[in-house]
Amino acid sequence: MNKTIITVVGHDAVGIIAKVCTYLAENNININDISQTILQGYFNMMMITDMTQSTKPFGEISDELAALGESIGVIIKCQREEIFDSMHRI
Amino acid sequence: MINIFEVAETNEMVEKENLDVRTITLGISLLDCIDSDINKLNEKIYNKICTVAKDLVKTGEDISKEFGIPIVNKRISVTPIGLIGASACKTTDDFVSIAKTLDKAAKAVGVNFIGGYSALVAKGMTPGEEMLIRSIPDALCSTERIMSSVVLGSTRTGLNMDGVKLMGKVIKETAEKTKENDSIGCTKLVVLCNAPDDNPFMAGAFHGVTEADSIINVGVSGPGVVKYALEKVRGENFEVLCETIKKTAFKVTRVGQIVAREASKRLGIPFGIVDLSLAPTPAIGDSVADILCEIGLEQTGAPGTTAALALLNDQVKKGGVMASSYVGGLSGAFIPVSEDQGMIDAVNAGALTIEKLEAMTCVCSVGLDMIAIPGDTPNSTISGIIADELAIGMINQKTTAVRIIPVIGKGVGDNVEFGGLLGHAPIMPVNGFSCEAFVNRGGRIPAPIHSFKN
Repeated sequence: MNKTIITVVGHDAVGIIAKVCTYLAENNININDISQTILQGYFNMMMITDMTQSTKPFGEISDELAALGESIGVIIKCQREEIFDSMHRI
Repeated sequence: MINIFEVAETNEMVEKENLDVRTITLGISLLDCIDSDINKLNEKIYNKICTVAKDLVKTGEDISKEFGIPIVNKRISVTPIGLIGASACKTTDDFVSIAKTLDKAAKAVGVNFIGGYSALVAKGMTPGEEMLIRSIPDALCSTERIMSSVVLGSTRTGLNMDGVKLMGKVIKETAEKTKENDSIGCTKLVVLCNAPDDNPFMAGAFHGVTEADSIINVGVSGPGVVKYALEKVRGENFEVLCETIKKTAFKVTRVGQIVAREASKRLGIPFGIVDLSLAPTPAIGDSVADILCEIGLEQTGAPGTTAALALLNDQVKKGGVMASSYVGGLSGAFIPVSEDQGMIDAVNAGALTIEKLEAMTCVCSVGLDMIAIPGDTPNSTISGIIADELAIGMINQKTTAVRIIPVIGKGVGDNVEFGGLLGHAPIMPVNGFSCEAFVNRGGRIPAPIHSFKN
């Protein structure tokens, strides 16, 4: 329950996963699953994470991840899992 | 478990195909505010709206951020003011004071529109309701965020032709009073037949008397998503076409459903309905006309348009009802002119006329919407257009509406710019033959035979 999906989209580069994972570790966010692929020429990564132990509120994590993405030239989005379940599961 | 392709599909719908939740509309009953003293009434209305809706905008923004889905508008609908003001209002100015109170409350809680400056006069008008209707031009030109609607008929009651006649005059007066801004007041005024009590979309939103004290209704949109999905099935047969629309409508409705549930939970206000309407905006790619072209028409208005729209509207509903047990409001496809770049192009190309739009309204979810006509169109002709459109709704047991803008000082060949989501439009020609004697008869058109279902 209470899973958050983090997506990273952009041009591939060295250290993207490392930087995102470091941030998550620093904020006590557990990663349940990672998948990665190239979609239409772009690096696409999706993480299913558990934020229940995080000390920061959702909005702050979301803003900081977006800023981190900007600094490494990718787009990082943070969304609650329910929106995807709702849309793709009957 | 959800996979990366499903996540990418959802995010692509939002980022590239204009998927959004168009509105969270909080319906608020004002029945408990009724007072015979106009000052007390205004005070109670202001306090109730500011109490019930105080967290609406913030909650909408929070949900938008957490789910990554834009929620474009946060709005309020209230019990028709024709009922609420009847006891206190002795003059049209009294009603205008309520409009100003609603406007002030809308600004205080941060919503962009408040609907319900309305009268339900499908069969007849009380003195209070008639006074409210006569106050509409002043109310709309002295407020910013008020939306007004008048229900002039239904399948069960027939058409109130006295009201239809009066509204021809009121629409023209509203146009006159806002002529410095291309008669923009008329964009906030709609007349309806068979109006739903739970519609979250403006200008026709009001909180019906059948509703609870407060309720959350959500309107989702997504013409761009449907258009994009159909691009992938070009040349396929109708079965494939319909399946694709249904599946897309399902996904879009589910977004509305979860946003509505979440908003309801956080605000502690019951969830009402999800309205799945393909509501276009002037943004490129956010057009219902483009869907019709994708289905196979050179331009909207070409032969086949009504059939294509009928199919679209029906599949949208079928996909929607599978996705939510409480689909309501208007649900279907909107076909406004000024708010849809594809419709504007079709009018400019000579493919689309008011008469064809009228035929399309027989199968779409609402009616003649955001159509600019010459400013010198007689009141009786406007009433005639309204009567035609409402007759379609009455006989076919569906909602129909007219939101028409006689642009004072402009004629066919001119363009009008409303700005923002309201868009821009070419002035469309209106049939010049008179219906004055018809409109002047007075009284009402009886309910149709199939209304007797007792």
